[in-house]
Amino acid sequence: MGSSHGHKKPYMKALFFGLISVGLYAALLVNQDYFNNTFGKGGVYAFLPIVTAFVFSYVHGTFTGDFWTVMGVEAAKKTKGGK
Amino acid sequence: MHDAVAQVSNFIDLNSMTIGYLFIVGFVGGLVSGFIGSGGAFVMTPAMMSMGVPGLVAVASNMCHKFPKALIGSIKRAKYGQVDVKLGVILGISAEAGVLYGASIQEKIKATYGEAGSNLYVSTAFVIILAVVGGWVMFDAWKTYKGGNSNEEEKTSKLALWVQSINIPGTMVFFKSMNARISVLFTIPLGFATGMLAATIAVGGFIGVPSMIYVMGVPSMMASATELVIAFVMGLGGSFKYAMHGLVDIRLAMIILCGSLFGIQLGAIGTTYVKPFMIKVVMGVIMLIVLVSRALVVPVYMSQLGLIETIAEPTVKMLKNVSFGVMILALLVGAGIVLHAMWQGKRAEKLALAKEGLQIV
Repeated sequence: MGSSHGHKKPYMKALFFGLISVGLYAALLVNQDYFNNTFGKGGVYAFLPIVTAFVFSYVHGTFTGDFWTVMGVEAAKKTKGGK
Repeated sequence: MHDAVAQVSNFIDLNSMTIGYLFIVGFVGGLVSGFIGSGGAFVMTPAMMSMGVPGLVAVASNMCHKFPKALIGSIKRAKYGQVDVKLGVILGISAEAGVLYGASIQEKIKATYGEAGSNLYVSTAFVIILAVVGGWVMFDAWKTYKGGNSNEEEKTSKLALWVQSINIPGTMVFFKSMNARISVLFTIPLGFATGMLAATIAVGGFIGVPSMIYVMGVPSMMASATELVIAFVMGLGGSFKYAMHGLVDIRLAMIILCGSLFGIQLGAIGTTYVKPFMIKVVMGVIMLIVLVSRALVVPVYMSQLGLIETIAEPTVKMLKNVSFGVMILALLVGAGIVLHAMWQGKRAEKLALAKEGLQIV
């Protein structure tokens, strides 16, 4: 889909954020007992899941955006909808 | 709320099957949300509960995946010029108040009528709202399609024109999505209703998006994108509230987020390939299928409350399973329409570009 846009695809950026994303998920799953115990304490610890969600969304969100670009899936050049 | 320490022991064990399942459900839910601004939550929470996750942990973890997903989706759609941040934030804050009020009503119903009473209330609210709003959205999309004017700009509804014409000094705010000033005395109750619905049936967007389109006069493409801002504001506040009680299972939230961020990017891209009325088609179809799913379990709760004859246990089990299956079907059909519409739009674009190329040569 839409691969011939004439601009360079973000291969390196996708790889970089992809690797950090894998690292974050590996860290979360390997130490799941620690995370459950700490994040499940509630009270002032409530900021931990919130901050984690923001960090994951930035890293993984950047990766997934670049992933589709690398795969050639990009927005229509002339949008029919929206403004 | 449960005691946080006791709740920790309720965090389930994960294996590759459950991780894969959550990733896929997240992806499909994200795809639909990226397109229509909401959706997925109605499947996500029961999907987690079917894995043995306690109800409140499922709701909390779903919410904790929703706000970062909505954030990424709204940033993506803002790049396409589809987001009205001011409207989203104003509606989001009033929706937050609606969530708190809706949750307190839920608690009261549960305390008075028990679990079955609460379930009956939720399902009945689902059925009535989805029948009225979903039916109207679908009818409107059908009218546009049959009228052959799907390429034209959407007409602002009469109700929205009236709302925009009311001038209440001191309360008027300009919104770029409507290119008009409307009174916040209209936006606040609509945001509140969206939040109340989110607290009751977990999908505020089923009222938020149609109210933006039909009551305020926001084009459907911008309404569905702005809903993501509302979901972010509402989800952030809600997640914090649940996290204070230690109810968020961060693993579940992040695994669903993993799939849904792939999906939401794709769904957002999809909106650039379709005509605006397709937003209404997808939304209407999902709402009407979910309506069937919820209607199937209404007799179960009625029988548990003794309002009708007792239904045998195997029948109850069967009805609940079919209801869950129909809900998954709703999400899959929605995702299928999105992908199909995107594919068709892409093909049409390729053809147009090839024609342009030929003309230049």
